[in-house]
Amino acid sequence: MVQMKISNKAAPVNFVGVSKVFGRNVVAVDDINLTVEAGKLVTLLGPSGCGKTTTLRMIAGLEMVTSGQILIGDKDVTKLPATDRDVSMVFQSYALFPHMSVLENVSYGLGFSGFPKPEARARAVAGLELVGLKGYDGRLPSELSGGQQQRVAVARALVLEPQVLLFDEPLSNLDAKLRRQVREDIRAIQQDLGLTVVYVTHDQEEALAVSDEIVVMRDARIAQVGTPRELYDAPVDSFVADFIGEANLIPCEVVAIVGDTAEVAVDNYRYRLASRGLPTGPAQLAVRPARIMLGECEGFDATIAKATYVGVRMEYSLQTSFGSIFAVLDDVAHPLKANSRVKVGFKQTGPVLIPPN
Amino acid sequence: MRRAATEERTHPALILWIVAGWVGYVLLPWYGVEDGLLRLGWLVDGYPLDDDYAPAAFLIAQGNKLWLAPLLLPLIAPLFVVGCSKSDPRYSIVLTVAGSFGCAWLVAQGLGIGIRGFSYHWLNELFGNLGDRQFGMGYGALIVAASFLFLFTQGIAARGAVNGDVFVVSAIGGVIVIVAIFVFFPIGHMLFNAFVTDEGGYSLTTFAAKFFDDRLWGLGCLWGARCGAALNSLFLAVLVGASTTALGLTFALVVTRSGFRFKPALRALTVLPIITPPFVIGLALILLFGLSGTVTVTVADFFGGQPTRWLYGLPGVLIAQTLAFTPIAFLVLIGVVEGVSPSMEEAAQTLRASNWQTFKTVSLPLMRPGLANAFLLGFIESMADFGNPLVLGGNFDVLSTEIFFAIVGAQYDQGRAAVLAMVLLCFTLSAFYLQRVWLGKKSYTTVTGKGDAGVHPLMPRRLAIPVFVIAGIWGAFTIIVYGMIIYGSFVELWGVRNTLTFKHYVTAFSIGFNEHGLHWSGSAWDSFWTTIYIAAVAAPLTAAVGLVTAYLLTRQTFVGKGAFEFGTMLSFAIPGTVIGVSYILAFNVPPIEITGTGIILVISFIFRNMPVGVRAGIASMSQLDKSLDESSLTLGANSWQTFRRVILPLLRPAILAALVFSFVRAMTAISAVIFLVSAEYDMATSYIIGRVENNDYGLAIAYSTTLIFVMLATVAILQILVGRIQIGRRTHFATGA
Repeated sequence: MVQMKISNKAAPVNFVGVSKVFGRNVVAVDDINLTVEAGKLVTLLGPSGCGKTTTLRMIAGLEMVTSGQILIGDKDVTKLPATDRDVSMVFQSYALFPHMSVLENVSYGLGFSGFPKPEARARAVAGLELVGLKGYDGRLPSELSGGQQQRVAVARALVLEPQVLLFDEPLSNLDAKLRRQVREDIRAIQQDLGLTVVYVTHDQEEALAVSDEIVVMRDARIAQVGTPRELYDAPVDSFVADFIGEANLIPCEVVAIVGDTAEVAVDNYRYRLASRGLPTGPAQLAVRPARIMLGECEGFDATIAKATYVGVRMEYSLQTSFGSIFAVLDDVAHPLKANSRVKVGFKQTGPVLIPPN
Repeated sequence: MRRAATEERTHPALILWIVAGWVGYVLLPWYGVEDGLLRLGWLVDGYPLDDDYAPAAFLIAQGNKLWLAPLLLPLIAPLFVVGCSKSDPRYSIVLTVAGSFGCAWLVAQGLGIGIRGFSYHWLNELFGNLGDRQFGMGYGALIVAASFLFLFTQGIAARGAVNGDVFVVSAIGGVIVIVAIFVFFPIGHMLFNAFVTDEGGYSLTTFAAKFFDDRLWGLGCLWGARCGAALNSLFLAVLVGASTTALGLTFALVVTRSGFRFKPALRALTVLPIITPPFVIGLALILLFGLSGTVTVTVADFFGGQPTRWLYGLPGVLIAQTLAFTPIAFLVLIGVVEGVSPSMEEAAQTLRASNWQTFKTVSLPLMRPGLANAFLLGFIESMADFGNPLVLGGNFDVLSTEIFFAIVGAQYDQGRAAVLAMVLLCFTLSAFYLQRVWLGKKSYTTVTGKGDAGVHPLMPRRLAIPVFVIAGIWGAFTIIVYGMIIYGSFVELWGVRNTLTFKHYVTAFSIGFNEHGLHWSGSAWDSFWTTIYIAAVAAPLTAAVGLVTAYLLTRQTFVGKGAFEFGTMLSFAIPGTVIGVSYILAFNVPPIEITGTGIILVISFIFRNMPVGVRAGIASMSQLDKSLDESSLTLGANSWQTFRRVILPLLRPAILAALVFSFVRAMTAISAVIFLVSAEYDMATSYIIGRVENNDYGLAIAYSTTLIFVMLATVAILQILVGRIQIGRRTHFATGA
């Protein structure tokens, strides 16, 4: 077991009405309120340009807010520059100093925190051990592989025992196989040490895998905050439904509401599900491709436009009266033929009612 | 841990500058000490009570120079905020007000009170005759001024400018102030001089008379008389720009688009203009084509005619400048020609364009902005060139030499020099502006981050043949010219006594022994050592100013950054003669009285060569990813620590290059230097020009040859050192400078 020299000073982060405007009128972040609880790993997720990296850099103090307040712990850090905040960050490019050895890199920040040399060194060595790079002290960053450089960057940020640890798309420079490994390592360290981590990514699968909570951002605003399960099972709107996993957005009509249950109509197919506060009238159904049933029972009419065999499952493109939808079936033994007409229904659970566009 | 370390500490920078301010006011001599900065004779010569050496505090105590007394206020005020926290509003207000008042008062009293009491009539009318006077500022004033400036920057940093970063705000403030004092102030001062009448008043008509002078704009050359200097300069600059661009492109094509075997030799050509004093080419041309030049005499003997003076005038200057500046165009164009992505050309070829069609329709249009850039560089260099027109000009007057003669000649007409300098400045600034506008709009950069696997196609045959012929002829000519320089230094008296001799070297560089030991008896040693000394002092300062400026430009955002950049790069477009004239006009009188000292030479080098340092810095800093700085900041380092521990070590090759180039450029400079040298501080180049004017060509050429070899050695050592650093650090971040 690693000798645990790195302790936990995790603190919560609070955004109160934070906006960031670049230049005259480029709004990167628009009036965000957000709470990151201490000891949680929270992911900022969204398409590129949605403001997630700007949000992260405002926590670090690398960008200053245009208006609003940022609190770390119970302290207002809005005006503090990066140097004076107790936050460290792992960069997308790792940003290891190429002229310093691994050990010098890791102990760099400790030197500015007032640790005497021997202690800084001991802590740096402990940090390297924690990320599994014992014995690499004297190497230069250019002599390490991409994954190793990544771990040095993590160690360098960890040893400062920051109140908040920030990751800016840490996996994007790694190849696909390493990604799963590194993301599990990051999650394990975070949970072992109980760190507060804010993590930026545009990869929804990565976000679902590592997070306690996900903040989905869109056009400088927060679209939805929730646990991975909540986002997947109960997206608030079509954007979130489509961004987290894939979803068919099917226009429908809420014909009746009984208690919490709504009855919706798609063509002449009737289906019951949670109403989630929507009134009667036009609405949308978000249906995951795997929650669609083909062939049997009742449903609405569709034509199979394309049938593709991908090994573990069959993928179908269906042409319907309101557009095309996408379905995935596990039954590869009895594939349906292209151009045949089928009835389309939904499984018992899965579809979610969301407001119309 | 970190919180404890960074928050409630005292502000060492604040203490430092408060202490410095008091030291400057109470301990150091306020006014300039005659013997120069480094002599400490004043310590034992009546200090601290003697008027010449007394610190400000002692002067006031004795009842003298009472206008220095108000400076006590801004010195005392900051003492009250030492204990305050930075976020306390009083902290920033006190420092801002004290700093700005101190600076303003220093400037006002410095400009208002000069050698003859009040400098302006209206001050006399307002306050009556002062009955006292003051000389140029010295140590004390300098340090007090710096103290006020940096107290001010700390004040505005505390108000939140640039995220409250003291180092960055101070660096910006420092650069702005020194550029303002040593670039804008003298130029502005000089422009005022253009309006001064003989009686000392200001008049537009005087200016107009000088500006519309026939000697400037005359069109006489159309009917056999002389043309005006401005038109001559313009005409010459256009010709030189065109010819250097064409030749530069020729060489660039040979290097990148042919199977030519000795490409490294051609690349070495780019070193030549750096190590060659500007007028040396002119001297070599005289040896070849002058009245008693080898070629002239041979041709005259062969055809039986009289040797002519055809070289002196436009032809000679044109040839000399084309020889001198072609390598600069080559350096620019080689990047441009290589920058055209091979895949573009390969794409054109797969679309069935022939080699020639590809070149004509794809490669050449893509190079167009680069060609314009090279042309404008050649234009600016030709306008600013002083050495070659001086040596070869004859009756062909150009602006840079006319300025010189207006100041040092019998006419001694400051107003005329100022007007000429203005015209010259207008030309070069317009070219500079055009270049920036042109390049800003059309970026054809086709090199992207992605690796291009392709290779450049070879030149089409119908282009290759003329290109090789021209490059061959011009290359041979360059070699002959440089050969002449070396050979000429050993000839006793060119064209008269053609025997080989070491005489010139002995005269210039002999070393003897006398009772004091080694004795530098050669006539050139004085100026040689002065040059080395001045260049060695100027080089690190130039590199420092350049790199700090480059850091601010690439790494920081602040209000007015565009203007800041323009201001710092401006001195690139100011010809040396203009700098020289404006310096002697502006710094001959208090408050800054440094004419005739070594300081003025050092300062002129710093601001002449600063753009080189800035460019080198920007080029290599933009290769360092910004996340390196940011990660250092998030790890708790402040921006000064980041600059020192991350940026500077990674820039080592660039620093070394900036050092060597500013050293070498300081050794070869002539245009500004010739105005600023004094008997005590004579520089090698101005000494050589003096020899040329006395027709002592042998010595001049021998000295020039020595300089070339000294600088060649310096550049070679640089190459080796930079190469070492890159090998020693196996990192892809290392930059070739």
